[in-house]
Amino acid sequence: MKYKSQKVAYWFFAFSMLLLVLQITYGFIMGFARIGFDGLHEFIPFNTARAVHTNLLVVWLLSGFMGAAYYIIPEEAQRELVSVKLAYVQLISLAVVGVAAIIGYHFNWWEGRKFLEIPRQLDYLVVVNVLLFLGLILATLFKGKRKTTTALVLTMGLLFAALLYIPGMLPFDSQVTDSFFRWWVVHLWVEGVWELIMGGILSFLLIKLTGVDREVIEKWLYVIVGLTFLSGILGTGHHYYYIGVNKIWLIVGGIFSALEPLAFLAMALFAVNMYRKGEKKHPNKIALFWTLGSAIVSFVGAGLLGFAHTLPQTNLYTHGTLVTAMHGHLAFWGAYAMIVLAIISYALPNMTGRKLYDSSVGRAAFWLSNIGMLGMTVAFGVAGVAQVYLERKFKMDFMEVQAEISIHFVVLILCATMFATGIVMYIWDFYKHGKPTDEALDLESDL
Amino acid sequence: MLSKKQARAFFLGGTVVTFLIFIGLTIFSFSKGQDQTNHEGITEQVVRGKVLWEENNCMGCHTILGEGAYYAPELTKVIERRGEGYIKAVLMSPIPWNPNGRQMVAYGFSKEEAEDLIAFFEWIEGIDLNGFDTVVSPLAKDRMDKN
Repeated sequence: MKYKSQKVAYWFFAFSMLLLVLQITYGFIMGFARIGFDGLHEFIPFNTARAVHTNLLVVWLLSGFMGAAYYIIPEEAQRELVSVKLAYVQLISLAVVGVAAIIGYHFNWWEGRKFLEIPRQLDYLVVVNVLLFLGLILATLFKGKRKTTTALVLTMGLLFAALLYIPGMLPFDSQVTDSFFRWWVVHLWVEGVWELIMGGILSFLLIKLTGVDREVIEKWLYVIVGLTFLSGILGTGHHYYYIGVNKIWLIVGGIFSALEPLAFLAMALFAVNMYRKGEKKHPNKIALFWTLGSAIVSFVGAGLLGFAHTLPQTNLYTHGTLVTAMHGHLAFWGAYAMIVLAIISYALPNMTGRKLYDSSVGRAAFWLSNIGMLGMTVAFGVAGVAQVYLERKFKMDFMEVQAEISIHFVVLILCATMFATGIVMYIWDFYKHGKPTDEALDLESDL
Repeated sequence: MLSKKQARAFFLGGTVVTFLIFIGLTIFSFSKGQDQTNHEGITEQVVRGKVLWEENNCMGCHTILGEGAYYAPELTKVIERRGEGYIKAVLMSPIPWNPNGRQMVAYGFSKEEAEDLIAFFEWIEGIDLNGFDTVVSPLAKDRMDKN
């Protein structure tokens, strides 16, 4: 750690870990409901569990991104954050909005719009919170000694993510237009600007971990984010095939979303090549695992599994089935969860001074969570494909099909248990690092 | 070999061009003659139905237009499939509707609210879905013909 103010990142990361545990808990509630154990139905019906599960994902990832920015930007800009106090205010307000939303979901206080369930009143608080965050980051960046591409790409991703929240707040009378602009937020986040954030963090980590020249890494960063937008913006069309908008999207969405895996392929090749090229072997092996793992798993989860159902001819049958859940789980895990876990693994020893670089718990956490998530993806996939055939091809009733595929949810729960064990171990490792301290200043500068 | 400047130009150029095309296509697909969202079919009752749909987070379990949570049936063609009477009974039920062991929240809607939601579902049925309506589960007409 080079600047004292970087320590604020620790608390964003800790908040992330807390929400991740809650997210997994609600995931289990849904998994058990699907195999008939819905004893909590009266207090936590499926729609509550679902909204909490997906919203916690978004909030813990955002908290992780914010923590990453508070860690990375001072180091890239070569100066302290402009205000540590305001950064803590921002964290607390984020926690207040998040907790209020989650509690509200248990009392039917929400907007039933997939992924954007936060009620309108709280939306305004989200805007204030994000503006404060962006203000701090941008002020630090522009007052800094240098403006690196890594910092600019990361900041651009965060800025665009904030701007794109706005179309989701527009009111519409039509379900179709509502959905259309909801995807401007959701799709352009996860298959657009969030990839900038991921790319920025990845680039920072590769510079630190491999020692490859910054110019080389940042050049390829531009190529990757270029490919992301080139395919991802018009790739939004794959959400528009069958929701009641013009047929033009079948062609445009089909072509451009078929190109989307290229950006993820480039990201994976980039990370692996930089690792091979690098002469510096950073001792933080766990961070390296998560960094390379994120680049590779995001290609499989977001790239390949996304491609599996993105063509209109396939999507006609898979749209609105568990096939989407299959893709969603591995994509979010690989691209976003793993990159947040990577930056945490890198930053923690630097902030706390405890160099648990290669602990067996840390390694086990990586493998258990990854194998568990892969198993969950396969379980969702098998259930989804069976659902497509039985329901859409053989015209069986929805609930009859659900009974047929419920066995796959037993497998899902088993794999989720393995996954959760990995996460618990990761958090145990997090805890063992202790608190951040000024004594850790410059401890890693020799690496 | 590609320089960093060229790489940046590729990123900025590609982004601007594709975003402009995206905006253009958005305007095109909602323009007169191209719009297939059944916009003219939206009545006040349909809007009230949509508000109820959102306030109760129905897509937290169901799907509509293929979007939602895959825990409860797709409702795009639900009136055609089940008929109004059945839907009304489900919506107004004071105890959790419980088909095959999977419980629905007992909303106990009033008659007016149930009718608003039915108007919303009927409006959905009038949208041109590029063929999705022919595969969405289970094909109501097919089933009825067979019976």
